[in-house]
Amino acid sequence: MTREEALFRAVLRMGDNNLVLGHRLSEWCGHGPVLEEDIAQTNIALDLIGQTRNLLTYAGELEGKGRSEDDLAYLRGEREYLNVQLVELPKADYAFTIARSFLYDAFHLPLQQALTESRDEHLKAIAGKAVKEVTYHLRHSSEWLIRFGDGTEESHRRAQEAVDELWRYTGELFVPDEAEELLAKDGTLPKLTDLKAEWSATVDRVLNEATLKRPADGWMAGGGKKGVHTEHLGPMLAEMQILQRTFPGVEW
Amino acid sequence: MRSVAEIEALLEEVKDPEIPVISIRDLGVLRGIELIGNSVEVTITPTYSGCPAMDMMRAGVEDALRKAGIRDFKVKQVLSPAWTTDWISAEGRRKLLEYGIAPPPHSADIRALKGKSPAVACPQCGSTDTELLSRFGSTACKALYQCKACKEPFDQFKCH
Repeated sequence: MTREEALFRAVLRMGDNNLVLGHRLSEWCGHGPVLEEDIAQTNIALDLIGQTRNLLTYAGELEGKGRSEDDLAYLRGEREYLNVQLVELPKADYAFTIARSFLYDAFHLPLQQALTESRDEHLKAIAGKAVKEVTYHLRHSSEWLIRFGDGTEESHRRAQEAVDELWRYTGELFVPDEAEELLAKDGTLPKLTDLKAEWSATVDRVLNEATLKRPADGWMAGGGKKGVHTEHLGPMLAEMQILQRTFPGVEW
Repeated sequence: MRSVAEIEALLEEVKDPEIPVISIRDLGVLRGIELIGNSVEVTITPTYSGCPAMDMMRAGVEDALRKAGIRDFKVKQVLSPAWTTDWISAEGRRKLLEYGIAPPPHSADIRALKGKSPAVACPQCGSTDTELLSRFGSTACKALYQCKACKEPFDQFKCH
């Protein structure tokens, strides 16, 4: 794998992670448990999709085959998506949505912080914008997880179940593929194992305040980074892509 | 050929579509105007990565230039250096307040970044007895507050 191919793959993955999670959060639009949360989730989705636009545009330039951000988002099949499985799981209830966002945000923030010092000027510029947005995301998901965990018996039960269910999907975040390994060597990307320490500290701090238990590490799911996904990504993409698939090239 | 100052004056009419009292210059979105030969190059930068108003602001710049008879121009969008609320001009902050939006705290105020917001004054009655209702408001750049003195809810341009 050349450095260019690795960079294309890594940038595409970062875009896919944000796009898929952004789409899942956008599913709360009009369905939020309270108005303020409806607005919060759609704002966060907007941030993530905005970051995706920057990343996929860059990925298209790196690839050099003339694919635009829209081509990459709307015309790739499930197996060509390189996101981790964590972000594609259905939104389920609000405790699950919050717990998933928290586990991702706690990874996303140190990633963006590290990228502001990347030797790749383009990634650095994208991260320079994203880092402040992601700071708000982590604060939002942390506060709600604490509220649920340290709330009623019912909210505590649901939050703990969500964290337990999601735990097996967190391992994949920190296992580098060939591209990520290559790019960590020259300072384009941070080492994922370095990000894990910070993620772990944030998780411990917030779970502790939320009176939730940190699940034991057991079997971890994987495969998303290679394009192998759960049964949930296909239907999600079908809905997301239907307009471009039905009317190729349609514009607003 | 017009001067940079003339073009700047003409772009003053391009407003933020979400906050129509504040121009893109006051907002800090307008980053530069350059004359290259007979061509005008305008540089803008987005506030948030996903700000949906960006395309409208770009179109606004293009319209304003065309209306002034300028045909040879380019509008360039840059991400770096990243926009910050510190770039909102003093005039912009005054206009926000008048419009009913509390201006952002300065980012050098570490409390704002750590989440322990300094007191936000109500743009209606000036009381600092206010409460944060939600960090996410009607647009990506605003938070929702309520004044406990006059009971009015209001938007705050959040620190970024």
